[in-house]
Amino acid sequence: MFEYAPAPESRALVTFQSSYGHFIGGKFTKPSNTYQTISPATEEFLAEISTATAKDVDLAVKAARNAYEKVWSKLSGAERGKYLYRIARIIQERARELAIAETLNNGKPIKETRDADIPLVAAWFFYYAGWADKLDYAGLGANPKAHGVAAQVIPWNFPLMMLAWKIAPALAAGNTVVLKPAETTPLTALIFAEICQQAGLPDGVVNIITGFGQTGADLIAHKDVNKVAFTGSTGVGRLIAKQVAGTNKKVTLELGGKAANIVFDDAPLDQAVEGIINGIFFNQGHVCCAGSRLLVQEGIQDELMKKLKRRMETLKLGDPLDKNTDIGAINSKMQLDKITKLVKLGVKEGGEAWAPNCEIPKKGFWYAPTVITGVAPTNTVAREEIFGPVLSVLTFRTPAEAVAKANNTPFGLSAGIWTEKGSRILKVADQLNAGVIWANTFNQFDPASPFGGFKESGYGREGGRHGLLAYLKGDN
Amino acid sequence: MRLDVKKTYKLFIGGKFPRSESGRTYELLSSKGEFVANVCLASRKDARDAVVAARAAQPGWESATAYNRGQILYRIAEMLEGRREQFVEEIRTLTGATEKQANQEVDAAIDSWVWHAGWSDKVDSVAGSMNPVAGPYFNISTNQPTGVVAAFAPQKSSLVGLVNTIAPVIVTGNTIVVVASQSLPLSAITLTEVLATSDLPGGVVNVLTGKESEMAPWLASHQDVNALDLEGTSDPVDLEIRGAETLKRVVRPGAFSRTGSKGSLQQILAFMEVKTVWHPKGH
Repeated sequence: MFEYAPAPESRALVTFQSSYGHFIGGKFTKPSNTYQTISPATEEFLAEISTATAKDVDLAVKAARNAYEKVWSKLSGAERGKYLYRIARIIQERARELAIAETLNNGKPIKETRDADIPLVAAWFFYYAGWADKLDYAGLGANPKAHGVAAQVIPWNFPLMMLAWKIAPALAAGNTVVLKPAETTPLTALIFAEICQQAGLPDGVVNIITGFGQTGADLIAHKDVNKVAFTGSTGVGRLIAKQVAGTNKKVTLELGGKAANIVFDDAPLDQAVEGIINGIFFNQGHVCCAGSRLLVQEGIQDELMKKLKRRMETLKLGDPLDKNTDIGAINSKMQLDKITKLVKLGVKEGGEAWAPNCEIPKKGFWYAPTVITGVAPTNTVAREEIFGPVLSVLTFRTPAEAVAKANNTPFGLSAGIWTEKGSRILKVADQLNAGVIWANTFNQFDPASPFGGFKESGYGREGGRHGLLAYLKGDN
Repeated sequence: MRLDVKKTYKLFIGGKFPRSESGRTYELLSSKGEFVANVCLASRKDARDAVVAARAAQPGWESATAYNRGQILYRIAEMLEGRREQFVEEIRTLTGATEKQANQEVDAAIDSWVWHAGWSDKVDSVAGSMNPVAGPYFNISTNQPTGVVAAFAPQKSSLVGLVNTIAPVIVTGNTIVVVASQSLPLSAITLTEVLATSDLPGGVVNVLTGKESEMAPWLASHQDVNALDLEGTSDPVDLEIRGAETLKRVVRPGAFSRTGSKGSLQQILAFMEVKTVWHPKGH
């Protein structure tokens, strides 16, 4: 086996301010009620972050309302689009800095932030920029209208990418926004606020407030919010769906998943192994659409598991800033505890856990890539979202059994199919209750492609023309 | 002199016409306050049975071809046209509408079935897409029915509101449990006789009569219901909160007009899920 020499990306390319306030009405407020944000890989202190109170939330919503009434709703779509193009370009210009900042604050490998997260962020703004002056073609008839002020709450697993998925279509459609990043990963959102300033975006069109769950709840509950967009856990999604009942707020929810990655016995096994690895270990498995349930056809189980374990032994866990790192840090102590607890439960319920020998750094939060075999459909690790680098393995005999097991979950976000038989792909894809299906590939994302779930994985779509509809209203 | 034979008004569950398992009925009065019929007062058990029937029928109805579903919906329009006099009479009895008004309502209901029938094989052409992603991938988004829908027909409409509640749900392959207007249920019951003779598979449409407020909480919190149409409900906020427990798709009251001879594509799409499939382009 080859050893890789260290290839660290330069930490020095990013300078954080020592403390940040909220970005409201185009300006940063004075830092208040601060907490510390850290690098989960080293536990290094990065910056002091403010916690928004209900009063701060109110100021941010007022700024967004004011910008909507006085400026943004009066601009032509073409002009709105030009602001989005500007933002896309500045993100491309500052891509390296943003990738490093994201890796520092989130713990994910630099090769992922550099090659996936940040390029997709720029692409998202570029894509929706082009929609801003073409809303008549969105599918709601002529002259569809924006909702007004959008409240957006995003998770920590793809901090800047989730921001882009939320802000780009909202602004293109003519809404103004108040966005709250996750408490553990606020830094790239705050750099994005500076990018809005550099782009000359009118004050109040984008407002960023930081804080914990209560801040998010206050924002969503605010009376002057017209549209709510949330990405996060199904548990919180439920609370939001209850909270908005009886209001006129439009809601989109992108929640949890427990995707089946189905490997048939005629699948190209080496490709399937790469897809399984990518499906569950990409971003430490902190992915709502992760392929966390491997469904393998009985006849190839032994061969596939052998190949999979051999491949897992080559995964490089460690310094996320190292360009050769495959698996970075778990985002927080809390998440690490949750993963640890669920895997222990999986073993207690009869599963067999295996992880390659890998050196775990002394500081920071880490979890070795793990596979649990002998999992029954009723086991906790087959039902609950672990949101970590942990793969549960189940088997099946027939395509019908594969579909039944794959659909046997309250979730319905994504699924994978591996087979060389085209007709089987089409039939199984038809039968799977999931919003995104990857056949002979996994974890592909693109601004032109709608993303979102069935059932308890939420409702509404992000990406593509469909993603625009969430931010528009037409005549019914 | 011959005594006419009166009809027993029953529920419609799984293609059959049972009475309420509870053995309860309620007295239906005409607009003039005269006795018309004893109508089933369906129970929560009837509602659950209806959900079971709707779930059982759903995969088959979804896998029927769009062409086939369109023809069946058109057939419903044909059957309704043939029975228009009965509907006109029942609407007049309960609402006191003039013959002209009642005929207009039946016209709109028939035309709405025809309008919806035509959408079965067009929804995906209009609302789906091929997506030009930045990579060597085939990427397509199609629409799939949400599953089982619990719906509450508008309280103030006899027929057209009911049709504009059922048709947009079932045209794409969903199945439905619909609670009829409590005070105007005759058209709903007679419509089930039309549905039963239109080649519509049993269980695709299930009709309950009785108290909306009694059945709604159970349907809204039912784990095997995927979406709620709360149009004819009296406490939609409570029902939306119950539905949130399983993240049901919810259409709030007043979201769509239900009085016309045309529906709304957005209403049809409110009960559909977008599915996007990726595949690499190789050689």
